[in-house]
Amino acid sequence: MGIGVIKLKINEQEVISREGDTILKAAKEHGITIPTLCDLDGLSNFGGCRLCLVEVKGSPKLFPACTTPVSNGMEVITDSERLKKYRKMAIELILSERIHVCSVCVANNNCELQDLANKLGVDHVNFKRDWNTHDLDTTHEFLVIDRNRCILCTRCIRVCDEVEGVHVLDLKNRGKDTEVIIDLDDQWGVSKICTSCRKCAKVCPVGAIYVEGQPISQTRDKKIAEFVLTRRQS
Amino acid sequence: MLDKFVMQHGHRKDALLEILHYAQEIYGYLDKDILTHISNSLNLPTSHVYGVATFYNFFKLKKPGSHIVTFCLGTACFVKGVEEIITAVENEFNVKRGETRADGKLSVFITRCIGACAMAPNAIVDNVVIGKATPEIVIDKIRSVLGEEKVEAN
Repeated sequence: MGIGVIKLKINEQEVISREGDTILKAAKEHGITIPTLCDLDGLSNFGGCRLCLVEVKGSPKLFPACTTPVSNGMEVITDSERLKKYRKMAIELILSERIHVCSVCVANNNCELQDLANKLGVDHVNFKRDWNTHDLDTTHEFLVIDRNRCILCTRCIRVCDEVEGVHVLDLKNRGKDTEVIIDLDDQWGVSKICTSCRKCAKVCPVGAIYVEGQPISQTRDKKIAEFVLTRRQS
Repeated sequence: MLDKFVMQHGHRKDALLEILHYAQEIYGYLDKDILTHISNSLNLPTSHVYGVATFYNFFKLKKPGSHIVTFCLGTACFVKGVEEIITAVENEFNVKRGETRADGKLSVFITRCIGACAMAPNAIVDNVVIGKATPEIVIDKIRSVLGEEKVEAN
């Protein structure tokens, strides 16, 4: 075996990966899908949505596939009843945390959260819902942020920082008061450093950031981050 | 003063917390001008600095009153009935938790465990910890600090 080559098993399937790669990357390269919400090719790993949790043989704990590096002889299981239960729970917790009403959402039918909830068979939310309203900001020329729909995946923040390189967006507060902010919690319209590049709208998995008047199906382009990054490296 | 402190830390980005601490020590709170200044001198995005400052309970983004009462809402203090004292103080002095009274003389803040659980419930009035507090003791103490407005250094 060459240096840096890692052999592991994912769902009983022999898989070869590189040292330093994550379980998620190894699985993706071999056509195994693990549900994710915060992960996006070309951006750093965040490990926030907890949907990519996988079982690793020999440990009672669950590991987030997007931040756990592969190691030799690892035996990973990406789908089981237990995982399904926890993934459903994660989706329910996300749904209970903000006001997610699909019928009035711009991302309806183009929403990763909705798709995943459907796929995992989440038909109701077992948790007490928090209906505290968060701020909507429509001051930008065409970009809109509705924090009520935000799932705090931080894709927009990472794309703004790592790809566009301006870091206009960040998080404020913590716990259920966490919100995506623009500069010093200013209105988007007055931000001097925002380049209006629309990448945040392109990577948003839900309808929290979108381009006004444009159908979400046109806005969404998950490949954009990867594309820009590979261009920059070459 | 702040600039000198930033310089002593070699404008290092990872010294942000120390610098925020120091800035709050000097100015008493962190307003947007101060945060912008810090982010410029450390070459950090303003949103990042704002995010850090709001993440920690300790940092105040609004000017606090000249007298500060902090209640511990940790587990022990909560069980021992600090809630009752907070409500009593709120009603007595017409101020809400987390806010400053309109005249700017009194602020009531909530914090998590101050590490004095044996003395629960705890209140802190102008940096003096009152253990085994009751509504009467705390209200008396606040009255006395408010009455001594001129003597108080703050």
